[in-house]
Amino acid sequence: MTGELHEMGAAALGRAIAARDVSSVEVVTHLLGRIDAQRGLGAFLHVASDAAVGQASEVDARRAKGEILGPLAGVPIAHKDIFVTADMPSTAGSKMLAGYASPFDATVVARLAAAGTVTLGKLNCDEFAMGSANENSAFGPVRNPWDPSRVPGGSSGGSAAAVAARLLPAATGTDTGGSIRQPASFSGITGIKPTYGVCSRWGMVAFASSLDQAGPLARSAEDCALLLSAMSGFDERDSTSAERAPQDFHAQMLAPREGANASRPLQGLRIGLPREFFPAALAVEVNTALRAALGEFERLGATLVDVSLPRTELSIPVYYIIAPAEASSNLARFDGVKFGHRAASFADLADMYAKTRAEGFGAEVKRRIMIGTYVLSHGYYDAYYLQAQKLRRMIADDFQQCFEQCDMIAGPVAPSVAWKLGAQDKDPVAAYLADIFTLPASLAGLPGMSIPAGFGEGGMPVGLQLIGNYFAEGALLHAAHAFQQATDFHLRSPEAAR
Amino acid sequence: MSGPALIRGYEVVIGLETHAQLSTASKIFSGASTAFGAAPNTQACAVDLALPGTLPVMNRGAVERAICFGLAVGAKVAPQSIFARKNYFYPDLPKGYQISQYETPVVQGGSLEIVVGTARKTVHLTRAHLEEDAGKSLHEDYHGQTGIDLNRAGTPLLEIVTEPDMRSSAEAVEYAKGLHTLVVWLGICDGNMQEGSFRCDANVSVRRPGAPFGTRREIKNLNSFRFMQQAIDFEVQWQIDRLEDGLKIDQATVLFDPDSGETRAMRSKEDAQDYRYFPDPDLPPLVISAEWIERIGRAMPELPGAMAARFERNDGLPAYDATMMAQSPAFARYYEAAREACKQPKLVANWLMGEVSKRLNADGRTIDASPVKPAMLGALISRIADGTVSNNGARQVFELLWSRGGGDVDAVIEAGGLKQMNDSGALETIVAEVIAANPKSVEEYRAGKDKAFNALVGQVMKASKGKANPAQASELLKRKLT
Repeated sequence: MTGELHEMGAAALGRAIAARDVSSVEVVTHLLGRIDAQRGLGAFLHVASDAAVGQASEVDARRAKGEILGPLAGVPIAHKDIFVTADMPSTAGSKMLAGYASPFDATVVARLAAAGTVTLGKLNCDEFAMGSANENSAFGPVRNPWDPSRVPGGSSGGSAAAVAARLLPAATGTDTGGSIRQPASFSGITGIKPTYGVCSRWGMVAFASSLDQAGPLARSAEDCALLLSAMSGFDERDSTSAERAPQDFHAQMLAPREGANASRPLQGLRIGLPREFFPAALAVEVNTALRAALGEFERLGATLVDVSLPRTELSIPVYYIIAPAEASSNLARFDGVKFGHRAASFADLADMYAKTRAEGFGAEVKRRIMIGTYVLSHGYYDAYYLQAQKLRRMIADDFQQCFEQCDMIAGPVAPSVAWKLGAQDKDPVAAYLADIFTLPASLAGLPGMSIPAGFGEGGMPVGLQLIGNYFAEGALLHAAHAFQQATDFHLRSPEAAR
Repeated sequence: MSGPALIRGYEVVIGLETHAQLSTASKIFSGASTAFGAAPNTQACAVDLALPGTLPVMNRGAVERAICFGLAVGAKVAPQSIFARKNYFYPDLPKGYQISQYETPVVQGGSLEIVVGTARKTVHLTRAHLEEDAGKSLHEDYHGQTGIDLNRAGTPLLEIVTEPDMRSSAEAVEYAKGLHTLVVWLGICDGNMQEGSFRCDANVSVRRPGAPFGTRREIKNLNSFRFMQQAIDFEVQWQIDRLEDGLKIDQATVLFDPDSGETRAMRSKEDAQDYRYFPDPDLPPLVISAEWIERIGRAMPELPGAMAARFERNDGLPAYDATMMAQSPAFARYYEAAREACKQPKLVANWLMGEVSKRLNADGRTIDASPVKPAMLGALISRIADGTVSNNGARQVFELLWSRGGGDVDAVIEAGGLKQMNDSGALETIVAEVIAANPKSVEEYRAGKDKAFNALVGQVMKASKGKANPAQASELLKRKLT
């Protein structure tokens, strides 16, 4: 059955391993072979072959002893290299942290390990998670398995490409302004960014603290539900972590809606379509694919409601003030004094700082540090940072008004399919503008997910975004799962992956 | 009310900022120990080192100490206060920012009563806020390089800021002493100034009476009351000299050099950094419920000010004595126990400020370690009051008790033969002998010289080996000589 192993998702693999149809070692060995063969994708920054086989045989041994293990026991995953790990290097895609060894594991990493997952390695990402194409990694770009001349999206581009190329059933990612949803969309897979506070940020290299959230990227809503259940939950080491009982998102995903039946599982679900999410600038084939997907939701029982998020466009300047402001402060610790890169020679302290940071950071990171420093400066703070905070609250209020008319919101993840590598090199602002549909939910702290919904230009995947109210991950997963039971977009894989 | 004393025609204006290190076992945002004196970097955990992926978690113990302080100075304890980031680069600041409360501090307003000489004064507080300390840069022993010790990084501080209410270095010192007493009293700070647990910055300016505030200069890091006084006095003269020379004062931060006794500018306002303060997104607003405040209020001890007022009111002590008796909980406990034993509050205060303090200082002991226990001192004072021993004799008893590590007062008096001579027959004999042996003094006294009389009393005391009751001796002498 080795030929099909890499086509199996996390849930399916977990079941097969539990039934002892296949061993975890067999799965891991098979995938390690694929990872090695697909090194050209640039998805992995570190492959932990020996450790992974060791973890897999441990799970197999426990299974052989008759231990009852969870649904993810023995299932291979890998972590976006923004999560620090005690046993593998942690670079955040930056030269600044090349060779850095963390003395501890991120909470998300530790929880997934406790669930019995097997860690195959660390995945490439944009430097400090800043970017939407994975072209900002100090260790080279990641290519889209659907078309290697295109980007996989970012910043969780390595995670998305690895899952899409069937190197892994699932991976972790982080989303600050769309960094799970957009690469999921560009790479034809499923990803969910939960409500801010659902996953602990302990051990995530910080980009913008008030926005950063961890989440899974996988083949299906069901896989995402299993991963999210394992990686989420209150953590006293993160003061912004939501204090609530552990959640079984898989059970929430399966729970039938009241009044629903097998042919109309989404009966009564009101899906809001914000006018502002369907502008003229939206690529025609994206619009076409989304409309078709929304028709499917209607057939499943949902009703589509016209709603408005009037400050959608403003979310771009608001985000590109708040996120760089926080980043400029979060990245101050990379100063060459305690860890990470330090310039080889320097005249004095100021020169050491300047050279260390000039050498250690890439262009996009420097750009955001400068923007962030500027908007926090004396005399500009009120006009930029404070104003952005006010608008951020208004954007969150706009969502609450929408949720009086609908249960969840649907729209595009990105205005286009994945673009070609290098296409936006000269114009960083163009890339910022393409974040327009993912930023509002990030600023409001709402959960959002991306599910494969069709194909567009060049046969590239198109994702549909679903946005729920706070802590409505279960409802999002339920709707996505119903859609995926009725469609097969999420099962399609790029030619290169077969 | 009379105006403040002027110096060369100028009024001095002082405001103080005090950093009190809070006495929590662990740091303000991490679980690392705050103990002083460990080997460099052995008490800095991942959070203190600002390793990637670490996050701060508020130490509730630090908040409780801030609440306790706020209640003690009658301030408003903010139901919600905000932690901000103060951004600047320095090698001993691991995150590249200090977490501190900026716009909305936890303690708002409040005041402290001080006594300067016989005058009472209220110093108003602007605020007190929570923040973390930085590490230390070690410039010695690294062959031209700088060592960084992050043990102190993340130590909780309460920065207590006054209004510009003080008008002399003496007032500033009294305020600082009063604040020191209070924070130690409350148990929120160990008050150890050598170790930097309590350090002050003084904002000093001068002006002509009635004129607007002058430009201030801030003297940093004053870690002794004596240095504070010297530094302010020097700074005031320096500022007046400049103004008298027709120059103006530039806002600046200055350091006091105890060796030269001078203040010297460290950086001017032009060098002021832009700290780019903004609310720390890693820490939600600090929410303090009314119940929390109440719980801490219930557990608070009687405050030194209230206690001193009680000693004045109930025991009839002068203000100065009352303040001295309330200088620390241990001192006050001792005073109250000794007073209960003899019912002589003023005598107990005199002895505590005199003989007892002298001996404690000489031995470098705290009052808790006094070999003469409160009950013994009380018993001794009772024996003075009932005339059994003279003051002189009592001092000898005290010495014996001290050096022997305690004992029964009456037994010591008896064994030492220190009982005062209250038998008028024996005393009369001595008086008669002294008159006979000192005809010259007698003659002078009769000629109206009081000094001669004192000499005679001295002779009687000497002849009695200090056992005579001096009052009784004078009376007898006078009677015999008239």
